[in-house]
Amino acid sequence: MEYGLDLEYSFNEFLKGFGLSGEIAHIIWLPLPMLLVLVAAVVGVLVTVWLERKISAAAQQRIGPEYAGALGVLQPIADGLKLLVKEDIIPAKADGILFTAGPILVLVPVILSWLIVPFGQNLLISNVGIGIFLWIALSSIQPIGLLMSGYASNNKYSLLGGLRAAAQSISYEIPLALSVLAIVLMTNSLSTVDIVNQQSGAGILSWNIWRQPVGFIVFWICALAECERLPFDLPEAEEELVAGYQTEYAGMKFALFYLGSYINLILSALLVSILYLGGWGFPIPVELIAKFLNLPINAPFIQVFTASIGIVMTVLKAYLLVFIAILLRWTTPRVRIDQLLDLGWKFLLPISLANLLITAGLKLAFPQFFGG
Amino acid sequence: MSIAITTQFICFTVLSLVVIIGALGVVLLESIVYSAFLLGGVFMSVAGLYLLLNASFVAAAQVLVYVGAVNVLIIFAIMLVNKKEDLKPINDIKSRRVISTLICLTLLSLLIRVDLTNVWSLSSPQNSIGEESTIRIGEHLFSDYLLPFEVASVLLLIAMIGAIVLARRDVMSKDISTGLPVDQELIEKSSEPLLTNKN
Repeated sequence: MEYGLDLEYSFNEFLKGFGLSGEIAHIIWLPLPMLLVLVAAVVGVLVTVWLERKISAAAQQRIGPEYAGALGVLQPIADGLKLLVKEDIIPAKADGILFTAGPILVLVPVILSWLIVPFGQNLLISNVGIGIFLWIALSSIQPIGLLMSGYASNNKYSLLGGLRAAAQSISYEIPLALSVLAIVLMTNSLSTVDIVNQQSGAGILSWNIWRQPVGFIVFWICALAECERLPFDLPEAEEELVAGYQTEYAGMKFALFYLGSYINLILSALLVSILYLGGWGFPIPVELIAKFLNLPINAPFIQVFTASIGIVMTVLKAYLLVFIAILLRWTTPRVRIDQLLDLGWKFLLPISLANLLITAGLKLAFPQFFGG
Repeated sequence: MSIAITTQFICFTVLSLVVIIGALGVVLLESIVYSAFLLGGVFMSVAGLYLLLNASFVAAAQVLVYVGAVNVLIIFAIMLVNKKEDLKPINDIKSRRVISTLICLTLLSLLIRVDLTNVWSLSSPQNSIGEESTIRIGEHLFSDYLLPFEVASVLLLIAMIGAIVLARRDVMSKDISTGLPVDQELIEKSSEPLLTNKN
């Protein structure tokens, strides 16, 4: 499967043309994809915030942001600028060090997880061998940051919010990991690129959602719970806890939480599309289209076409899922904390265990359909 | 020295310093909350050291288990029972500190001796398995390390059942700490009356 544009190689060759050594060219190359993905994540947040405001307005028969730019598209930028210039307040009796470290610990793991999100065969920062496991491990760091900020705020609502966030995140991590494990079992690999390639055989028909319907639903529920979206936004339940662990935060520190939660939502949507909806795959395989048009698959035109189709498909699927998440926010009531823990431990955990067992059995029975 | 080796050396120095200073902080700091958070930092740095050794799966498992589960539960427990309590001053605190320092130094010297006398079979960078290690770990867990793996899981199960028995008062007829008969009606009822000490 070694086709696709190799931007790194051509970039390094281009720099070597100026008489630089290979190592220096590599060092100049290294930050570029990281910066690109960071910018993509932040732009993704701006788009999601705008979508959230517009779609919630439509759901409540309002107009929503209207004056900042056409249809209010500049509203998120205005929001961001406002947060940037706001005074940064640390409450007098708060613990300054932990209060500052909390938001950072929440945001950094989420951004690090973008390391493994592929937008095409070679369009990812690093195809690390442990792939999807890295995301599961990194997302388990977040509750420490939430507990830290909840404790450091010296406020009972914050502490309760932090404790709720930690309890929720621990409970939903397990079914999440088990449903990922079923996919890994079918792929024989942890790498996200292999997971997508495994689904690329027959276009939309070979996507994992048809082979793992239960896993898909469990994963989506758990991903919503990990992102603290309604119906699982107990840690910041505004009617009970003011704003949970964010209560005492203002200015840029609050913005870090805000950014973190939206980047996490986009990341979860991207991962659902990678694990279950064929990632960068077009519903009709690109190879078939190329054959139909009588073009060789390695032609430069087809290569650029495939890469752009890949990026468009990944983003499109992810934003479809973000749209569903926003609609869910305005159509479902919040669960109680005991219902939340019951759902996680007594329903999702047994179901995902059974799903894993059945997947293993099906893999032995029908190796051609469930990855031999 | 090439750039890769320099980077590795800098990473190793920083991670080792964080591990040593962090671990000292865990033991020496007065505030238990700071100790718990520093413990998380130490676990993270150990994961970083594993990464430097090309053991990415072990590093991720370290983060998932020790930081994501163990440390979060420790912090969780500390915050749930964060009682402001005046501890009784201990009279012979100095001699206790001297004795524990001696014991720790003895253990350290033992470890250093093992490190210096043992012949370590290091794999050269050429034949290190790197990314393939996940597969190797799986193979070992299902063949020659199957028995230890299963015994460890049984041990964890026993610990879990023990914790449930301790936490659920309706399993036992007497309270374990006080010896008083347990109210079978309300499981969540505290064994000590909470609101009576108002005078």
